[in-house]
Amino acid sequence: MADAGHPSYFTPVIAQIGRRAVAAIQAVGRLGHFLGDMARALPDVGTWGRLLIVQMRRIGVDSLPVALFIAAFTGIVLALQASYTFTGTVPLYIVGAVVGKTLMLELGPVLVGLALAGRVGASNAAELGTMRVTEQVDALETLAYDPQSFLVIPRVLAGTVMFPFIVALGILVGIVTGWLTSLALLGLSTAEFVKGLKFLYQFKDTWYGLLKSASFGFTITVVGCQVGLNTRGGAEGVGQATTRAVVYSAMLILVLDAFWAKVLL
Amino acid sequence: MIRFQDLHKAFEGKPVLTGFSLEVRDGETMVIIGFSGSGKSVALKHVVGLLHPDAGDVIVDDRAVSTLDRAGLTALRREIGYVFQFAALFDSMSVADNVALGLRRRGLSDDEIDERVREALALVDLTGAGDRFPAELSGGMRKRVGIARAIALQPRYILYDEPTTGLDPVTTAIMDRLMIRTRQHLGVTGIVVTHDMKSAYSVGDRIAMLYEGRVRQVGSVAEIQETEDPVVRQFIEGRPE
Repeated sequence: MADAGHPSYFTPVIAQIGRRAVAAIQAVGRLGHFLGDMARALPDVGTWGRLLIVQMRRIGVDSLPVALFIAAFTGIVLALQASYTFTGTVPLYIVGAVVGKTLMLELGPVLVGLALAGRVGASNAAELGTMRVTEQVDALETLAYDPQSFLVIPRVLAGTVMFPFIVALGILVGIVTGWLTSLALLGLSTAEFVKGLKFLYQFKDTWYGLLKSASFGFTITVVGCQVGLNTRGGAEGVGQATTRAVVYSAMLILVLDAFWAKVLL
Repeated sequence: MIRFQDLHKAFEGKPVLTGFSLEVRDGETMVIIGFSGSGKSVALKHVVGLLHPDAGDVIVDDRAVSTLDRAGLTALRREIGYVFQFAALFDSMSVADNVALGLRRRGLSDDEIDERVREALALVDLTGAGDRFPAELSGGMRKRVGIARAIALQPRYILYDEPTTGLDPVTTAIMDRLMIRTRQHLGVTGIVVTHDMKSAYSVGDRIAMLYEGRVRQVGSVAEIQETEDPVVRQFIEGRPE
């Protein structure tokens, strides 16, 4: 046992845990403050309104190729794996159910979300981080603009609105590639695949996946903007901010995924 | 009138301003000189509320900047043009859009904005450069666009943060001439932060030296040139010791 007045073996570990805990609480506090600033800037429609369309194109339309590529191959793999798992045990039209249900509930939103955490989250953090370290954000403020209205709200709204569309298209493409795989490689007919699709489908599958996607879009853009605007230092700071934005976004997507599963299913 | 009132500011425990007090009179150009890292830019950023003081305040026309709410700060910023050290132009916008951005915030018509942008670019000798992008401009041209962006707003005050740093002597002289022309043309009150003494003598009505967080000496150009203060003398003569 350590003598009174002398630090024990565990003191540095406890101190480290304490520091990490304080840092985590501060990060949550900063995020809360950031969301409060966003809410305060929402009435400034004149500023963010005209920038929203640009961001919807950049975040939404420009992300489609990546999202659809991922969804297409996910559909193919799901069909092949479902066939491998169920052949000889249950009727093979269940492949349609597995492809549809899995894409709608889980893989569509999560895989596309993770891919776009890299594309959109990194892009927002790098762009805003560079603007911060080159004083462009300060310049905006001196021109009487609120950076929240000008930079953050258009990106967050665009992310929240466009992610469900991207994911919906991704799910559609995944189902189509799953169907084509079933026809070409598994010997299923279209009628069997559609029967499987309808077999376990509930309308909730659709809105659950899309709601989840909207929450991912909101999270990725908020994290990217918040981390970017808090960038310090030069090029190294921008690099670190970009990495942080991607890592935090990916982690939060998985946490949110579990949260929605518990709350809504 | 802009008054720095016993301003204190520290970063991560390191004091930068330790009771900085200075009065800038209406219509004059005050030059703040000092060693690199002495806090000149930090002082300037307090005027537009980009930094919040630890103690003391900046008073602009009887408004204490640190006490202003967001609406008050926005109103104040509409009266002040700020020229950043590296221009801080928006990379994704053309020169004309950079200059027009602040005007759009003021609710002017498109025709008025176009007219003001043309005038401002002409004043900085950049007529015809409106369609170019910041990446296509030299350092001097970027700084001139920064000035155009500030003067297009027709502000009451202009703050210049190291306007000639990194420029060759000829471009520096052009920048000095621009600052003088801007003052004559718009009648604005100006604060210029610099460590370029030639530029300071050229554009300043008065010069204040910031040293160890507070004003070491303030006076007319002639008074500074003839000072017997050893620190100020060392600085203006550029002696190592």
